[in-house]
Amino acid sequence: MKYQTQKIALAYFAVALALFAVQVTIGLVMGFVYVVPTFLSDLVPFNILRMLHSNSLIVWLLLGFFGAAYYLLPEESEREIHSQNLAWLQLGILVLGTLGVVVTYLFNIFEGNFLLGKEGREFLEQPKWVKAGIVVAALIFLYNVSMTVLAGRKTAITNILLLGLWGLALLFLFAFYNPSNLALDKMYWWYVVHLWVEGTWELVMASILAFLMLKLTGVDREVVEKWLYVIVAAALFSGILGTGHHYYWIGTPGYWQWIGSIFSSLEVIPFFAMMAFAFVMVWKGRRDHPNKAALLWALGCATLAFFGAGVWGFLHTLHGVNYYTHGTQITAAHGHLAFYGAYVCLNLAIITYAMPHLLGRDPYNQVLNMASFWLMSSGVVFMTFVLTFAGTVQTHLQRVMGEEFMFVQDQLALFYWMRLGAGVAVVLGALLFVYAVFVPRREVISQEPTVAAE
Amino acid sequence: MSAPQQDAPGLLDELPGEVMMWVLIVSELLVFGAGLAAFMAMRLTDPAGFAEAQAHLHRAGAALNTVVLVTSGLLAALAVRAAEAGREARKRGLLAAAMALGVVFLIVKGVEYADKAGQGIGMETHTFFTFYYLLTGFHAAHVIAGVVLLALVAVLRDPRATETGAAFWHMVDLVWVLLFPVIYLIR
Repeated sequence: MKYQTQKIALAYFAVALALFAVQVTIGLVMGFVYVVPTFLSDLVPFNILRMLHSNSLIVWLLLGFFGAAYYLLPEESEREIHSQNLAWLQLGILVLGTLGVVVTYLFNIFEGNFLLGKEGREFLEQPKWVKAGIVVAALIFLYNVSMTVLAGRKTAITNILLLGLWGLALLFLFAFYNPSNLALDKMYWWYVVHLWVEGTWELVMASILAFLMLKLTGVDREVVEKWLYVIVAAALFSGILGTGHHYYWIGTPGYWQWIGSIFSSLEVIPFFAMMAFAFVMVWKGRRDHPNKAALLWALGCATLAFFGAGVWGFLHTLHGVNYYTHGTQITAAHGHLAFYGAYVCLNLAIITYAMPHLLGRDPYNQVLNMASFWLMSSGVVFMTFVLTFAGTVQTHLQRVMGEEFMFVQDQLALFYWMRLGAGVAVVLGALLFVYAVFVPRREVISQEPTVAAE
Repeated sequence: MSAPQQDAPGLLDELPGEVMMWVLIVSELLVFGAGLAAFMAMRLTDPAGFAEAQAHLHRAGAALNTVVLVTSGLLAALAVRAAEAGREARKRGLLAAAMALGVVFLIVKGVEYADKAGQGIGMETHTFFTFYYLLTGFHAAHVIAGVVLLALVAVLRDPRATETGAAFWHMVDLVWVLLFPVIYLIR
């Protein structure tokens, strides 16, 4: 670690991983509710669990991005972070807001209150005061990182990262628009949800991946940057109008079916390019970096993102297909592998890479860390296959044969049991990862060769 | 060991103009290609309806526009030669003429759209018109962008910039030459 302020990342990563543990645990509980539907139903209804599961995912991924930015920006711009105190304040606001959301969800206090209560939405559901807090935290963050970059060296990686982070923050402003017309509400929330994960987040992903490739493989910066620009261009070209694939059946005009189908089909290209980029860099690279686990996560990220976001996304993005599969378990299969591959693995890759530097150590617990990759990844991949089969059966029974929703759900029980098993593997893998990252073995400093092995 | 590393950028460097422009051009061709393929597939489901809808189009206007745009492309190509020869004034004149023809194309297109609107034909009238408006409208947006881009490279003194602008303009040209027969002519 060359710069003192990179240490800020440690706190962000810690909070992110704590939330990650919460997120997957709630996911496991939901997996159990699927097979025993009465479980917890009086105490915490399923929709609340679902909001906790997806929102804690988003928040911890964002915290991971913030941590990654605080870690890599000083190294890229060759400057300390503009203000360390602002970074702490930002983290404090985000933690307070997260706690506020959880309390509001679970106990539904302040029902109906304009500022403090829930908004009754499926996505972007936070009380207004939390939304305002998020904006304040985002402004602090943008000010802090922009000042750092402006004062220092500008690289393609910092430019793309900043572009992604600014876009991400500005698009969140659409979360404040909550029209009573449900179709309009849905139309605008995709400006946040879609343009995040299939737009600005991809820029963040590409730049963090580029940073990792630069460090882990030792390939020339010039080569990395060329790839980075092509990936970003492909992501924005396909992703922005790709928003149309959310506008098939919500009351928007019919031409969206064609715009959405054509552009979102091309969204597979940037993900393919990122996978090709990662493997070509490793193949070309001359550096044999000791942190093998970080490289494994980075390659796993690019590969699983291609399959989860690219292939499983394309699977149901054409409107002729989506007419039948919309909102079935096919969507759940895609959602899980896409988020895991693209953004979970990305965060775990940068955390695995950064932690030894942040703790001032050589890479540690490599085997445990890699074991957690295989355990978690096989869990998610198995879950994806199971849900894909469940979704196929569901589509046929429910959408083609016209059977009742709950009657079909009963017939999917076997798949849901297998999904629960996959969930157990994921939770164990996540806990193993947290252990591998935060509990380094005592360093063996062999000044006296006799006590080397304890 | 470093030999293969130099090969890949070498291939890309052989392309005229900016590499990113070629990324854009390939992406555009994919989009228009997919749009045309979808259009032809949908026509198979309703040949009579598509033929009836097609009869409302201005073939002569579109043919005129083809001549206009191809000529404009020629002028842009000549401008690249002028730029490479360092003849700035000639380059600017040729680019201005190319842009003017681009504007003529847009005017003819505008007349066509106004006529459709007058007949009460909109995007939702028939699947044929959904595609008609999507494809030609999207193309017209690219003509506007192309005119702006040509104006930009006319000011820049870098011949590579002119090459890049002309490459985009030729793509706009090429797409129209594909759209014209498929949408207007083939029955």
